[in-house]
Order: sequence, then structure tokens, then C-alpha cells
Amino acid sequence: MKKGRYGQFGGQYISETLMNELIHLEEQYEFYKNDKAFNDELQTLLNEYAGRPSLLYYAEKMTKDLGGAKIYLKREDLNHTGSHKINNVLGQCLLAKKMGKTRVIAETGAGQHGVATATAAALLGMECEVFMGKEDTDRQALNVYRMELLGAKVHPVTSGTMTLKDAVNETMREWTNRISDTHYVLGSVMGPHPFPMIVRDYQSVISKEAREQILEKEGKLPAAVVACVGGGSNAMGMFYNFIEDKDVALIGCEAAGKGVDTELHAATIAKGSLGIFHGMKSYFCQDDQGQIAPVYSISAGLDYPGIGPEHAYLHDTGRATYVPVTDDEAVDAFEYLAREEGIICAIESAHAVAHVRKIAGSMSPEDSIIICLSGRGDKDVAAIARYKGVQISE
Amino acid sequence: MSKIGKAFENGKAFIPFLTAGDPCADKTVEFILELERAGADLIEIGIPFSDPTAEGVVIQDANIRALKKGITTDGVFEIVRKVREKTQIPIVFLTYINPVFHYGYEAFFAKCQELGVDGIISPDVPFEEKEEITGAANAHGVDVISLIAPTSDARIQRIAKEAAGYIYVVSSMGVTGVRTKITTDVGKIVEAIRQVTDVPCAIGFGISTPEQAKAMADKSDGAIVGSAIVKIIEKYGNDAAEHIYEYVKAMKDAIME
Ligand SMILES: Cc1ncc(COP(=O)(O)O)c(C=O)c1O
Repeated sequence: MKKGRYGQFGGQYISETLMNELIHLEEQYEFYKNDKAFNDELQTLLNEYAGRPSLLYYAEKMTKDLGGAKIYLKREDLNHTGSHKINNVLGQCLLAKKMGKTRVIAETGAGQHGVATATAAALLGMECEVFMGKEDTDRQALNVYRMELLGAKVHPVTSGTMTLKDAVNETMREWTNRISDTHYVLGSVMGPHPFPMIVRDYQSVISKEAREQILEKEGKLPAAVVACVGGGSNAMGMFYNFIEDKDVALIGCEAAGKGVDTELHAATIAKGSLGIFHGMKSYFCQDDQGQIAPVYSISAGLDYPGIGPEHAYLHDTGRATYVPVTDDEAVDAFEYLAREEGIICAIESAHAVAHVRKIAGSMSPEDSIIICLSGRGDKDVAAIARYKGVQISE
Repeated sequence: MSKIGKAFENGKAFIPFLTAGDPCADKTVEFILELERAGADLIEIGIPFSDPTAEGVVIQDANIRALKKGITTDGVFEIVRKVREKTQIPIVFLTYINPVFHYGYEAFFAKCQELGVDGIISPDVPFEEKEEITGAANAHGVDVISLIAPTSDARIQRIAKEAAGYIYVVSSMGVTGVRTKITTDVGKIVEAIRQVTDVPCAIGFGISTPEQAKAMADKSDGAIVGSAIVKIIEKYGNDAAEHIYEYVKAMKDAIME
């Protein structure tokens, strides 16, 4: 395969102004990847600061209730800052610092990646600016304030659909404007090479741990691993070390919003088509003119019209399967997990829980499934209340 | 050689940009003819895109206005067809790659050839990815215009060696938009280019005043002006023609001094 490509997917479709920086980033990444001091420092941050390894929790009540495969939750929600995003952010910010950068910028949807970036920037003493769609600053107002508490500057983005894709556009524009001291901490396995590779590698700690943990607990590999897919970083992290294990099904859950038969969804694999956008060739929700379509999901973190190129490749080759999950199903699963296991998960992660509720019952009790619980749900409580028509005031 | 060479035959070239379909398709035809009448040597026509990541606010807004009016890729070709009934001035498309990819490279460039579109600039197709389109473009006699940026450094000569049509030298960091000052040493970039190719160089990004245009054209073979013209169209809408004429005439006069 060509460098930076996953089959026909991936590439570097980006302005000339950024090309040398991407080449430099790749060189530096490759250098530090094999640098013991760097890896030790990163591992220490992951363990001592972010709280890794994350637990692999056997959800016994849920397993009994569904009456089939044993269900395990990979508890990325227990990481510092409350999601998997910190894995990637600590890696990239440390790398940026080694590269001599003093400022990081990031896009954010739900605000989780922005909070993680602001956190790492505070810890490592870097300046931080976060771009967030205006619609998302409204529905995730608490995360905006969190970022500000952490010393970051948050820019509400009012262009386009005012959601995640527009935040990415604006962050790219800002990076083009100021490269020499600034690193763009991309939040998912998307964008131009080398980002899909770097983010995947930093997130692959999820499956590295999970694989060891499940072997220890079950003595065999799981029948399936399941994760929600926005850009695809927690899913790629959950899948990566299982790709060679052909008997492990890899299942990604896309946001079907109000349903894939409506206009209101963000189901890229189910409804999208091949295209080139945000630096990569992949699948995108778009119209018949190649204009990027407005997408919708109750979950700000899954509200993205594309999918990382490696996922597009895993889909094309049949190695992974992608399924749509609606808002209603996700909200049900959000409540279900809270009641059944006492865990309030992110509405993004609830998409994966929802799918497992559909499939676990028909699987053998000898088998196990791992759900990547990508984040915790504190950020979503107010929005879920609104969704259910419940009035609360803080 | 495509018709592009002609644009650089009579001294410094003035290259205006406008977004197709803003405020509407018929007005774009009228404005292009006005640009030529005012002394433009080559026209860059922007095909609107929903997410123009290399564009500043002015051109972003023009893209949105044009898309709201329902412009399609075939609608842009229709504009060119009408322009071609009146003039053979060199025309280059500026377009993000996705609408072209979606149209189909073969069909797109065949249409360009049929209508006499001479080149394509794609801000999200750098040197490393240009094989994406060079095959189909070249087969239909369409030049793929290369961009060179303030950060290109060692890439300058690699890009220039394979350049066709003209080279678009990006004057500034960041996205398109009017700038009060251009701080990049563009002269040095043009010098590096000249060492390896005779393909003409035009400088763009941020140019809005006659003084800037002259300074940039003095260092190269021409000046490209986008946001300043799109701003006039934004301001005067359907009645922009005479204002475009006056502005472009002053710019062209300045660079010919
Ligand atoms: C908790 C959580 N899960 C999942 C996602 C989706 O991103 P990705 O697909 O890159 O994991 C987000 C993004 O904001 C998130 O906050």
C-alpha cells in the first residue's frame, strides 16, 4: 500500500501551505515513536495522569438481562477528562512540545476533545485555542466553560452548519495562518496523512490493553468488539489490535439520528459515498454535486459527515461492519446502562451499547463482547433531560 | 501550449477571480465580460463548494450565496458556454476537488475541453496528489496549475519543474482575503522558480490595492485578485458591473506602469 493510504483511501488532499509541516510532522512522529525517553514520558503521563490502564469491566447484570454473550465494558469513560480523547491528546501534545511548538489548536464537537486538549496544554504549559461550532457551544455549554477554566480560548464557529465539520474547517484555516509555533491536535483518525495514522497509534492503547485483559479474564478472544464512530478514533483504537484476529468481529456504530431514511442522520457508511474532503479520500455524506451534506445526530461527537480512511478500508474489505443506531435507540441505551449498571455513559458511547443490546441475546454465553465505553455522560445529562422533555435548572 | 500563454504575452497579466453564480449565473457571465473589457488577461472562475477550507470569509460567503441560488457544476459550465459565445479570453477554474471528483474526472475535463476551459487550480490537491487529475486533465488539454506557498521551501523547485500554464505563487500565510501588508519575500520565491522553469508566475492572496498589485506584478508576471473583486460583487450585487470595471481598470493600469 502507498504511504498514507489504506487501499484507495486516505492521502494528503491539503493546501500547499501545510504540506511541509505535514511532512515534518510525520518525520518527527516516526523519530519519537522509537525514542525510549519519549515513550517512557508518554507512558508515565498515560498511567499517572490519565489513569491508564482503563478497566475492563464485566457487566454482569447487563449480561444476565440480555441473556447471551458476556458483556465487557472498556472503561475509557474513567480516564481523566472523561473520554478516550486524552490518549491521543497526550501523545500529540507531547510530540508537539518536542517539536518546539508552544501553541496547540483543536476542533471539537461534543467538547470532549477540546477539554482533553485544553487539559494537556495546561499540563504541558502550552497555549491552547479551540474551535467549536456555535450549535455545539450551545448544546455543550458546560464543556465550553471547562475549557476556559483550563486556560483555553474557545472560538464559536458560525460558518456553515456550525457543527463539527465547520470547526475542522476553521481550525485548518487557523493552522494555515500560523504554523511555525502551532500544532493542530486533530481529534480523530481523519484528515490528511499522517493524522489518521498518528491518532490511531495513540488510541490503539485501548485494544492493546483490552486484548490482554480479556485473555486474562476469559482465556480467549472476544467474539466481537463494538464502538461508536464519529471520525472513528475510539473505534480504531478498539479495533486495531484485533484486526489480525480474524474471528473477532469488529463493529462500528454510526449515528442514524432520526433514521437513515430521513435527512437527519450522520451515517456515513450507510448513506455516504466516496469523496475527497478534509484532506482525505473516504466516504462522506454529500449531495449529487459533491457538496458536503449537513448532518445531524443527538450526539455532537458523532455529528460528522465523514469517516476516517482506515475505517473506509476496513468496510470495503469486509473486515469491519458498520451499523446505524438512531437517537431514540441511543437515548434508550443511555438510560438502560445507567439503571442496569449504574454507569452514565456518553451519548456517543450509548450508540455502541444500543447495538449490543440488539445482538448479545442471540450469541452464545460462551462468547464475549467488548464495548468501548468511549466517554462518560455528565456532559449529556442536561441534553438528555431536554430530549425527554424534563425541566431542570442547575 | 494552452491559451494560457497568451495572457502573459502583453506585459504583466492581471488575473481576476470571481465565484460562479454569485449573485446569479447570468450576472457572472456579464461580470466576466466586464472584467475582460477592463483589461483582465485571464479569468479565474471559482466553482462553489460547501466547505472552502482555503478561503477567508469574503469568498466563503460568496460560495454560500451561489449555492443558495442553486448553482451546480453544469450550471458553471453553462456560464462558460455563454462567455465563450463572446470571447476567447483564457479561463481557469478554481475548484476544490470534491465537486470535480463527483462529476467524474473524465467527464469534467472533457467538458472543459469542449468549452475551452484552459486550466484548473485545486487548492486541496498538492504536488503529492496531483496524479489524481493530471491524467484526465492533460488528455483533454487542460493545464493543472500548481500553487507555491511561503512555506514551500525545498518544494519550490520540485513543483516548478513540473508546472504547466502558470504558477500561482501564494503571497501570504493563511486563507484568501484582503491584507493590508504582504510580508513574504515573494521575490525570492519567484527567483527560485525562474531557475528551473519559464512557466509564468502570478502572485495572489491578499492583493487589493493598485500599489500592491504593481509591487507584486513587478516581482513576477502578474497579479491575481480575488477577495477584493468578490467584495465589490457582495456590495453591489446585480449592479456590480460598472464598479468591477472601474476597479479592474485601475488595477490593470497600475501594473502596466
Ligand atoms: C465520548 C466520545 N465518544 C466518541 C466520540 C466520537 O469520536 P471518535 O469517532 O473519533 O471516537 C466523541 C467525540 O467527541 C466523544 O466525545
